[in-house]
Amino acid sequence: MGVERVRALDGVDLDIQRNEFVAIMGASGSGKSTLMNILGCLDRPSSGIYTLNGKPTHKMRAGALARVRNQEIGFIFQSFELLPRQSALKNVMLPLLYSKGMFKARKRAKNALKRVGLETRMSHRPNQLSGGQRQRVAVARALVSEPSILLADEPTGNLDSTTSSEIIALFKQLHDEGQTIIIVTHEEEVASHAQRIVRLSDGKVISDNPTAEDPLHRKFVTAMASTIQTQVQDIDQNHIPKQLDDTSTNNSTKRAHELSQETEALDASSIHTMPGTKPARGVIQP
Amino acid sequence: MILLRLAFQTVFLALSQIFSNKIRSMLTTLGVIIGVASVISVIAALDGLQNNILGEFEKFGAKRVFIDGRRPESMRNKITWREVQLKEIEVTEILKHSESLDLIVPMWYGGYSIAHGKRTIDSVSVIGMWPSWHKIENRQILQGRQFSAIDEDEKRQVCLINEHAIQELDLDRNPVGSYILVSGRRFLIVGVVETIQMSAMFGGGDTSTEVFIPFSTARKLNPNGWLNYAQGELKDPNAAEDAIAEIRFVLRKMRGLEPDEEDTFQIQVMQRFIDQFNSMAGAIKAGAGGIVAISLLVGGIGIMNIMLVSVSERTREIGLRKAVGARPMIILTQFLVEAVVLCLVGAGIGLLIGEGFVLGLRLMPDSPLSKASVPFWAIVLSVGFSAATGIIFGMFPAIKAARLNPIDALRHE
Ligand SMILES: Nc1ncnc2c1ncn2[C@@H]1O[C@H](COP(=O)(O)OP(=O)(O)O)[C@@H](O)[C@H]1O
Ligand SMILES: [Mg+2]
Repeated sequence: MGVERVRALDGVDLDIQRNEFVAIMGASGSGKSTLMNILGCLDRPSSGIYTLNGKPTHKMRAGALARVRNQEIGFIFQSFELLPRQSALKNVMLPLLYSKGMFKARKRAKNALKRVGLETRMSHRPNQLSGGQRQRVAVARALVSEPSILLADEPTGNLDSTTSSEIIALFKQLHDEGQTIIIVTHEEEVASHAQRIVRLSDGKVISDNPTAEDPLHRKFVTAMASTIQTQVQDIDQNHIPKQLDDTSTNNSTKRAHELSQETEALDASSIHTMPGTKPARGVIQP
Repeated sequence: MILLRLAFQTVFLALSQIFSNKIRSMLTTLGVIIGVASVISVIAALDGLQNNILGEFEKFGAKRVFIDGRRPESMRNKITWREVQLKEIEVTEILKHSESLDLIVPMWYGGYSIAHGKRTIDSVSVIGMWPSWHKIENRQILQGRQFSAIDEDEKRQVCLINEHAIQELDLDRNPVGSYILVSGRRFLIVGVVETIQMSAMFGGGDTSTEVFIPFSTARKLNPNGWLNYAQGELKDPNAAEDAIAEIRFVLRKMRGLEPDEEDTFQIQVMQRFIDQFNSMAGAIKAGAGGIVAISLLVGGIGIMNIMLVSVSERTREIGLRKAVGARPMIILTQFLVEAVVLCLVGAGIGLLIGEGFVLGLRLMPDSPLSKASVPFWAIVLSVGFSAATGIIFGMFPAIKAARLNPIDALRHE
């Protein structure tokens, strides 16, 4: 039947600390979204370990994962994913409806909207808002339950450059306020605001550097400085030096990690465990 | 408390969902609406009819027993019609031996001309009976007194007349103490009883003059006459079958009937008619229930269909709700509540239509259903069934929604 197996992620090993601002980069199809979905507990690895705030999420059932998503994670999607018939305020209140915080939902949602600068647009529906404003509503919704990490999968992918920089500025501000942020992007300019850049290719981590030391990023900065138009995506990924271990941030908490995935191209939902993979875990320590 | 709030929110969400798809929701719940409306009207109409007819029965009294002679087909050649008629002695024996009977009275009917002053009326009902008739029939004594045992024992020429007779015979306003001629004999009027209008159903028709005389006096009036029937009263309306068995036993023994011979008499108990009628009405109601079950089934399939459409239309929304932390159980509840609310809204509309229809039936001129009303149990039943329909047919789509994988759902176009 010619089933083609795709290993969307393979041997990924990451440690992310509290209040880090990490950018995940890579070509289309390199596994960025798959990684984000696992980090956001929307998906589970077919093998390997993901520990969030000391909780072994890979062992959890659907109900417990929903709780983790509700309380620990704020997820921002490329396509906003707002409920079209509901006002901005109602959209932001949504996560609180599924938590114990439902009694103060309105007040907390208003505060979250204030944080993203939308206090004057609370009763507007998504179709009455601009793209940037919609994404702000989505950010407010991700923030409203005060999650330990904010995950954003190409949050500026559907926005023009001016609006993009506004959203990125918002992320920077949130990071300054102490928020842990992981953002997927393929724009070097967006990544330049992060502290650390993780690059994926074919499901593998090919580099993991502080932003300032990332060779590709430095090239981009130099190019920008000399105002020479360079297409970042055109750079051959084979030239990226492999600097996996020596750039890991904290050796004392550093643990081996592997996420290996085999995905059948014809069946999105079947993820198989690879036999013989060594046990490993990834830790996000706040 | 949290659960309560969540329940409230899901109901509210379901209502707004239904409201935002008004026409679609209406069409979907049409099955439920028609089902509920039709059962409500059928049951109410039947209830009204039942009340009406039972009311007529009640006038006779549910405890009333009628006994009279009957010539069975198989004995046409053996015995004469006269021979099977009840005799006073049989009535007395029945009273003596039947434990379940409280009272029994022989009824003698004759048609005689009655005269008072210059007025004469022909073929008036003259009824001979024992004084205990008063206890069975319970007719109000408007003037004078009831019959007493002495009237009976001494075969007195006294009579009771009904109120109607006063004007027809042009009697005094207080006729007690006056005399009338019954078949040429002088009878003293000792009392006036109320006139009872029997419904057309029981051959009542026009009210007419009635003259009551003691049974013994009646026998004297026509020594060759026979008594038309006997009427009795049960001690307990549930003792009908016992009473019938006892009376049969006495009469068969007295008439010397062989075991293979049919009864030469018949016994009718009002309660039996009532029971038969009630069981018939019950059967019709059960039939109506069946119709409702079918239309709710059809309605339920409509509900399931629309819920499946709703789940696939809102796949992204479900994915998002899951992504922000809605547990599968909550999603299941949300869709289940939506299906149930949809059914209940349908049931509510159905109830209103049904009630309107029943009101129409009631207000029809000369309606035999003037007492028709929707019984509370029918409302509870139809609402309950509608809710159950929602749960049963909403379950599959709800489970489908609850099982959706959040990322697959979010990827859905
Ligand atoms: N549901 C799926 N079914 C089959 N293959 C998938 C599915 N989701 C992702 N993939 C494959 O997994 C790889 C990684 O995808 P993804 O994580 O979405 O990449 P990115 O977000 O970096 O563009 C790609 O090769 C993609 O084709
Ligand atoms: Mg992607």
